[in-house]
Amino acid sequence: MSEVPDNLYYTETHEWVREEPDGSVTVGITDYAQDALGDVVHVELPELEAEFVAGEESCVVESVKAASELYAPTTGVITEVNETLESRPELVNEDPYGAGWFFRLIPEESLAASELLDAASYEDMVEDE
Amino acid sequence: MGELKRTPLYEVQRDSGAKLVPFAGWEMPLHFGSQIAEHQSVRNAAGVFDVSHMTQVDVTGQDAEALLRSLLVGDVGVLEKGRALYSLALNEAAGILDDLMVYRLQAGFRVVFNASTREKLGNWMQRHGKRFGAEIDFRDDLAMLAIQGPEAVGLAGEAIGEHFAELGKFCVAQTGELLVARTGYTGEDGVEIMLPAAESIDLWKKLGALGVQYCGLGARDTLRLEAGLNLYGQDMDESTHPLESRLGWTVAWDPEERDFIGRKRLGDIADAGSEHELKGIRLMDKGIMRPGSEVQTPSGKGRVTSGSFSPSLGYSIGLARLPAGVKGEVRVIIRGVPRAARIVSPRFISNLRRGK
Repeated sequence: MSEVPDNLYYTETHEWVREEPDGSVTVGITDYAQDALGDVVHVELPELEAEFVAGEESCVVESVKAASELYAPTTGVITEVNETLESRPELVNEDPYGAGWFFRLIPEESLAASELLDAASYEDMVEDE
Repeated sequence: MGELKRTPLYEVQRDSGAKLVPFAGWEMPLHFGSQIAEHQSVRNAAGVFDVSHMTQVDVTGQDAEALLRSLLVGDVGVLEKGRALYSLALNEAAGILDDLMVYRLQAGFRVVFNASTREKLGNWMQRHGKRFGAEIDFRDDLAMLAIQGPEAVGLAGEAIGEHFAELGKFCVAQTGELLVARTGYTGEDGVEIMLPAAESIDLWKKLGALGVQYCGLGARDTLRLEAGLNLYGQDMDESTHPLESRLGWTVAWDPEERDFIGRKRLGDIADAGSEHELKGIRLMDKGIMRPGSEVQTPSGKGRVTSGSFSPSLGYSIGLARLPAGVKGEVRVIIRGVPRAARIVSPRFISNLRRGK
């Protein structure tokens, strides 16, 4: 079974979202997603200050097997990207909820008002897949 | 789509943590945790692959040799007993029906070809077999393991209780139903072992206990690509001929009177000169080339046929079918963006070892 921490929000496209004390949110891909992708070998991160609409493609994640997209979980502006992934993309597999994070953004509206999933709902969704 | 077939090793692989995926009608391991770690084990030590999904047939009877001489681009007439040959079957238009290995045994031949072409090529061989009076028998009672890597030959010998160090490259040793061949699909030394299905589980476990890494089809694909070995259905198929697939060397043109299927058309193509070539390509920019990626060259467009990340080199490599004569710098379109790439020798792994 893949790990689904209780303190995060999730999307149907397998991103996780963590609220930070400064009002930003950190975004990555879930344990389930990294396992399905296999060994990640290349990541294309967004530009700083780039603006995304919820659901918009924001990163490309390439595993040995295939390329896939990471979608912005909420509308907002990028404030930080995890540049370490450019030299160590394997962190996405090794520590998807920690050192394998992708970017931080300042959301346009509060997260509770958006349509993200909580841990229990995401777990149910993954079990059905 | 019918039910997926399973090899004799399905259960033991599932229990070893294999991620199982559908492949050519079979449920096969993609990896056992990390495809890259498996790849590195084969390059540096030894790994074992279950390749029991591949089709094994025995070709026997008085006219077995005559049949294969008429079906394959290589000439089994000059193949000695105990030796193996990589060859191709063509259609009349010189399109590639399949690539395969022929092992000449004490009596008759073992032919091993792709899982995806089992019906097509098997039926084709049987149809021609009747014409010649040769028997084609599917050996579904057998399994096949490939043990590959610099330490593979020693460890396989230890697992079986025999020594294969003296077995020459492209040679095959036969002990009853056990065939051990010094062949493979990874660019490394190693053996491929064909044996009764019931015995394969024990051998698989013994190899694991000796420290041989269990490997899936994911690592098999990156290993063969680094070695510049074609994959049927991807780098070549019925719409391509051997001369535009880097396989001209497999064709035995002598003796002239040997009239294998597709020979006439292939001779015409050779006389006119092939318009396309299969080349090695490496990406200079970041990103990963994938099969189907467009290649832009000064002589026109081409296409990546196999493209992936090379775990040994740390960048993206591939094979590409291009207008003949293209050299040097080209561009590959990845998600709409042109990226810098270079035409190189497709023997990626030997380039690395020669320090190029």
